[in-house]
Amino acid sequence: MSDKIRQIIQEHGRLAVDVQTLGDQADLYQAGLTSHASVSLMLALETAFDVEFPDSMLKRSVFQSVSSIREALQQLGKSAE
Amino acid sequence: MTTAAALDRDQAFIRTVRRIADEFAAPNADRVDRDARFPAETIHALRAERALSALIPEEYGGGGVSLPAIAAACFELGRRCGASAMVFAMHQIMIATIVRHVEGDAWFAAYLREVARDQRLVASVTSEVGTGGDLGRSIAAVTPSGDGRATFEKQAPTISYGAQADDLLTTLRRAPDAEPGDQVLVLTHKEQYTLELTATWDPLGMRGTCSPGYVVRAEFPVEQVLPAPFSRAGVESMVPISHILWSHLWLGIATDAFDRARAFVKASAKGRPDIVPPTATRLSHLTSELSLLRAEVSSAMRDFTDSSVGDDREKLSTMAMILRFNNLKIAASEQAPRVCQGAMAVCGIVGYKNDTPFSVGRHLRDTMSASLMVANDRIHQTNASLLLIAKDV
Repeated sequence: MSDKIRQIIQEHGRLAVDVQTLGDQADLYQAGLTSHASVSLMLALETAFDVEFPDSMLKRSVFQSVSSIREALQQLGKSAE
Repeated sequence: MTTAAALDRDQAFIRTVRRIADEFAAPNADRVDRDARFPAETIHALRAERALSALIPEEYGGGGVSLPAIAAACFELGRRCGASAMVFAMHQIMIATIVRHVEGDAWFAAYLREVARDQRLVASVTSEVGTGGDLGRSIAAVTPSGDGRATFEKQAPTISYGAQADDLLTTLRRAPDAEPGDQVLVLTHKEQYTLELTATWDPLGMRGTCSPGYVVRAEFPVEQVLPAPFSRAGVESMVPISHILWSHLWLGIATDAFDRARAFVKASAKGRPDIVPPTATRLSHLTSELSLLRAEVSSAMRDFTDSSVGDDREKLSTMAMILRFNNLKIAASEQAPRVCQGAMAVCGIVGYKNDTPFSVGRHLRDTMSASLMVANDRIHQTNASLLLIAKDV
């Protein structure tokens, strides 16, 4: 799951650095994720994992790192595979 | 403290500001506007009543009043002098941001005590030449200069009351190699910065805010960087509180324009008790426009206090709440000049002239700045992208 998340961040996050060099806990905003790009990222994650993030999850802390995104997807019933 | 005592304190504070608005802001408003000069009398009177530290909790020596009371004070000042209200509001936005994010930091706790003791006036340096009006990005950076000190140089297209302030709160990139969105807030004292004037100040309205452009250069100890990142302090505090306090003072200006229109209609009805003057119908239309503005402003205040209980402010960073306070800004900034223009239509030529009891030209000009302070077009762009993903708005 983390690999797929990374791939989507790579395509839609418009980061200043290569996402493969970042750890699971690394702060994506500090790596250059803008609020505008974070919306693209959320839309791409919804499509790729066939989920809808409820409004309560649409906040900065949920999209802060690979691991926080993974936790959110798991909460929405996606397996960690 | 009991809720009743807190309410009493809020009410006493609002009464004090209302008196200052009547005694100092009102009689100087036209001169402040005409000469584009700082509303020194009003700010002096607010200092004398310790109003600059009203929002600071008592544990730091402040007045401990609530944010809704500060908002009510912005409304009261706005009714008498838009520029005085804007200076007061901008200062309180900076103070509120520090109070809400001090998080036990020793330097900033001591700073709040200093503000309370010396009634220091804080200005903000958020906009920057080259960022296209996006407050969430900075070019200037905190640059370490050794020995626990740092410097910055920032090109500010406008700093309200920059020359009159005692301190500046500035958004900057965290470090020279940080991304544009990786921002912090830095507090610097007057003796730590210099201002190089780069532009004049002869605007249409809000003339007394004295907001020309400057290059700011500062040197300061690194303790003066607020520990909370701007990404959090902005979304949880500075942005929504700006929109709330601004909209209260715009409502104040619009309310005074309405009051002048009503006084005009009443004067024209005098001596003819059997006839309702035609302008009264226009005034009726204007009442409903003002009611819409008032309703939006007060419901936004309620939504903010409901979603900011104690230290739990995460709800404020949800998209639904970001949209909510962005919409407040757009709605209030468009509705306030509409009410002022309606008041001018009621009063006719005596409203258009600058020297009658029914003049509303200053009101109209002052409220026309509202849609430009953080341009509405930019807020619409943000909202447009949020609406792609937010569900329950």
